[in-house]
Amino acid sequence: MEQLLYFFELFFGGLTRGSIYALIALGYTLVYGIIELINFAHGEIYMLGAFTAMVVAGVLGVYGLPSAAILIIAALCAVVWVGAYGFTIEKIAYKPLRGAPRLSPLISAIGMSIFLQNYVILAQTSDFVSFPQLLPELPFLEKIGSIMGESDFIILVTSTATMIALTLFIRYSKTGKAMRATAQNRTMALLLGIDANKIISMTFIIGSALAAIGGVLIAAHMGQINFAIGFLAGMKAFTAAVLGGIGSVPGAMVGGLVLGLCESFTTGYFSGDYEDVLSFGILVLILVLRPDGILGKAKVQKV
Amino acid sequence: MHKLLHVLAACAVLALSSAPALAADTIKIGVAGAHSGDLASYGIPPLRAAQIIADEYNAKGGLLGKQLEIIAQDDQCKPELANNAATKLISDGAVIVMGHICSGATIAAIPAYANSKIISVSPSATTPALTKGGKNPYFFRTIANDDDQARLAAEFITKKLGKTKVAYIHDNGDYGKGYAEAVRREIGNKAAVVLFEAINPDAPDFSAVVKKVRKEKADVLVFGGYHPAASKLVTNMRKNHMDIPLVGPDGLKDEQLIKMAGKYAEGLYASQPQDTSDLPSHKAAHANHVKKFGNDPGIFYYNAYAATLAIVNAIEKAGSLDSQKIIDALHNDFVETPVGKIRFNSLGEPVGVGLSMYQVQNGKFVELKDSTMMLN
Repeated sequence: MEQLLYFFELFFGGLTRGSIYALIALGYTLVYGIIELINFAHGEIYMLGAFTAMVVAGVLGVYGLPSAAILIIAALCAVVWVGAYGFTIEKIAYKPLRGAPRLSPLISAIGMSIFLQNYVILAQTSDFVSFPQLLPELPFLEKIGSIMGESDFIILVTSTATMIALTLFIRYSKTGKAMRATAQNRTMALLLGIDANKIISMTFIIGSALAAIGGVLIAAHMGQINFAIGFLAGMKAFTAAVLGGIGSVPGAMVGGLVLGLCESFTTGYFSGDYEDVLSFGILVLILVLRPDGILGKAKVQKV
Repeated sequence: MHKLLHVLAACAVLALSSAPALAADTIKIGVAGAHSGDLASYGIPPLRAAQIIADEYNAKGGLLGKQLEIIAQDDQCKPELANNAATKLISDGAVIVMGHICSGATIAAIPAYANSKIISVSPSATTPALTKGGKNPYFFRTIANDDDQARLAAEFITKKLGKTKVAYIHDNGDYGKGYAEAVRREIGNKAAVVLFEAINPDAPDFSAVVKKVRKEKADVLVFGGYHPAASKLVTNMRKNHMDIPLVGPDGLKDEQLIKMAGKYAEGLYASQPQDTSDLPSHKAAHANHVKKFGNDPGIFYYNAYAATLAIVNAIEKAGSLDSQKIIDALHNDFVETPVGKIRFNSLGEPVGVGLSMYQVQNGKFVELKDSTMMLN
């Protein structure tokens, strides 16, 4: 019984972390699906989302609003503001390089990542800063508090709702369909009158918004942020995207959750010393053995 | 042009030859540490402390009838520069050195001093390795070493808290892992080790390891690392309804931790040097800094003040610049300093410096007066 309980504790802890990875991984995978670029500045978008929410929450806190209201407004502001960042980054760093060799935008992405980190150091601080404890307390979870804390519950529910919304959007909305069409064949989509530039911008905005939600959730959960939090989270999410099959939207979700669970079980049943070894070991193994990931479709190489 | 070079060369020779002559008139105290670069904020306050004391003595007529002269060397806290700095101080005629600041730089510098039989007193280097085995009779320090904090924690956990099952978590860094290992060593068989594990301080959360600590039924958690990770760890623990105490080193004792973890920080323990701000010599040191520089002193100022006071006191007691006599005085004579009434034991560690356990109570670190350890 105790063993089973422990298993579920680790399971839900892993799901919580995994759902954050999944939210970030979606940004990698959406962008890769459309323009085959690994947007290495994406981890920084997640960090910027948390910082934006912190600033907004700080301002709203002065007016004495209830914390749940502050959280929602701050998260919405972060989503919009960071979406604008995503849009701008694409226009500045990637669009001019669209016809260039594939290495160029990759280098540009790494440059963007370094730029954004330093920008936050200069505009904010290089220290750790506190993020207000905004997640509401849910007394009805008291009984199962050891298995799933209140914050875990809120993170799981929010990220699941976000992912369902994204899936519906991609499947049924006009823009979603255009995104899928562009991902399948950009030339054909162009011929059919889809404005590829608009779709690419849209993809960056959506991907950034998802990362911002992840950033706000984890910052509100842990109560702290700094300029460097995007790096490890970004690498892990990238691993998750590759694990699920980069370019595949359900793949990123599955990859994130699987990675979160693997980490949780490794620490729980083996040792925390090996958490990162496992994650990046998985990345290497997947790249070597099954580059298309769990849900990715094997592409036929046209020679 | 050639003529000018000759004149310059002649000047240089003259300058060199006049140096020993000057040395006879003043007592040169070397001050080595980071005076520029990233860690200058560690090295500048000690330099100021030395200068303030030298000025004070010189105004009163000097020491042993001679004026004190401070000669500074910048090592930027870099080991590769520290050895050069030490050599430079020795050749410039320093009779005793207050420094170095960082542990790595100090390790690199002290062989040079030992070879020249020159005493150095560090205000801030805390690595236990510096005094291990007592092999270097020329090295002293006025700060508790990292193992002392571990001794205090071990004592506190087993006696004060009366805990028997300890979980150790560290951030895999030199400082954090070193602390966790030292506490484990100090506790020995007085309490069981139920878990000893590393975490990545940058991980988004520590949920899994916290659950493992609970599964192992630990009744106290020792964390070796710095405040950002500690803040996440304690938040994770309390949110999972786990209320065992968390004990850590001075890396945790940062007001920022309380801001970040908020109510979850309540009850957390961290050790740090004893609060000596009520001592008259502490107040005097503070007032001197405010008078000269117009602001509050920075980190390591008081330890450096203590080191410099110990140095001048020992020279005064020795009545000469003979290093063996100065060493004897350092070992035997207590001196009133801002960090307490101190002397040094045979290893060169300070006697009379206190370490205290602090606890977060109502959003503030409060010194637990009954959980203090005097070094001896």
